[in-house]
Amino acid sequence: MTGVGAAVGVLEDQLRAVLCEALAQDMAVRDLRQLTGGASRQTWSFDAVGSDGSVRPLILRRDPPEAHGEGMSIEARAIRAARRAGVPEPEIIAYGDDPAALDAPFIVMERLEGETLARRILRDEAYAEVRPRLAEQCGEILARIHSIPLDEVPGLEHPDVVADVRETIRSYDDASPALELGLRWLDEHRPPPTDEVVVHGDFRNGNLIIGPDGIRAVLDWELVHRGDPMQDLGYLCVRAWRFGVDRPVGGFGDYEDLFRGYERVSGRSVDPEVVRYWEVFGTVWWGGGCMDQAWRHLSGDERSVELAAIGRRVWEQEYDVLLLLEGRLGGA
Amino acid sequence: MAHGIPTTGELAEAVREFLERDVMPAADGRLRFLTRVAANVVAQIEREVALGGQHAQAHAERLSTLGVANDVELARAIREGSLDDRMDEVVAATRAKVVDKLRVANPRHLRSADQNS
Repeated sequence: MTGVGAAVGVLEDQLRAVLCEALAQDMAVRDLRQLTGGASRQTWSFDAVGSDGSVRPLILRRDPPEAHGEGMSIEARAIRAARRAGVPEPEIIAYGDDPAALDAPFIVMERLEGETLARRILRDEAYAEVRPRLAEQCGEILARIHSIPLDEVPGLEHPDVVADVRETIRSYDDASPALELGLRWLDEHRPPPTDEVVVHGDFRNGNLIIGPDGIRAVLDWELVHRGDPMQDLGYLCVRAWRFGVDRPVGGFGDYEDLFRGYERVSGRSVDPEVVRYWEVFGTVWWGGGCMDQAWRHLSGDERSVELAAIGRRVWEQEYDVLLLLEGRLGGA
Repeated sequence: MAHGIPTTGELAEAVREFLERDVMPAADGRLRFLTRVAANVVAQIEREVALGGQHAQAHAERLSTLGVANDVELARAIREGSLDDRMDEVVAATRAKVVDKLRVANPRHLRSADQNS
């Protein structure tokens, strides 16, 4: 255990140096503890204590040291731009792609209190009053995300997300006729090109901090990119993100609530068929995501019963794709 | 079943009961969560031992009607369009297989109409 203790001590010293530079004052680091992640994608919680006794509750996110390029700084810039656009976000204190400072690309940000676990948000009494308002609030927040000026987040790519998910799924050994049917349909029903906006890419129940007063922050900007605004609306409605509750928007609301909030704030009108397209996409994409996780285990990179079990969640996405496309797949 | 009693299914059941009755109550946090995941995995093995044979046979019959040997060939046919004139059968075969897989992996994910037949 001395090894772990020493490593935490080193991290404390490194963090103090980062904070002193970012805040231009001497800060002590207190109560540093790891919240999630193993060797990769770590989240740490700590308090920064100033010489005057002031306390700032903070979060450190750290990527694996081998993480590619400028992912972290793009994410940090997107969060800052979102905050300026009126999206509830934590304040970013410091960030960097250079592993020199903290042995890995990192972001240090304000720690906000609230619930992120989707099942609690959907079932706990504490959120009973706010639940009926969440879908509309998601619409309002997505409209604000899509209003971020593109030049405020330089370096964002506009990938062909359908081609990317096809490549992911076909890179694995296990063939999936159901996901192939989904990919065929996605290829043949591409919606017409739209305004290019900042797309969050992973906006769903589970990536939101919720309090009894509503949405307090949007987390997990790793997949931020340029693209079709309706991608975010469809993705939020994917069945996997309803966590067993039969309401289309995150398990807490209905399509009309989401669309109403979005249309009011964005001024764009929502075509439910295009949202459905992106819901199919999101379902196929998460099928590929489950394959990715299973193969982290199967390849021997990270042996884990949890990752192995996620491999069979692919089948839930297969079923959901077929539900979404019922009566829409060729033939009679 | 190949090696008699206790059968594979009975052994899996014993492991699941051990995880649920002995390990779960003594564990908390991350370990408790992972124990539940592991117990679920073993429950899948039990269902697969019980149902896998008949599911495999049913799917082999569907595939042979379509003239393909396995899901790899079916996936390729969907991709290349070579069975487009029999799309309804392709969708029905694909769907039946997915429903069978979920009867093993997570029956609660299925709509009630698909849960038993």
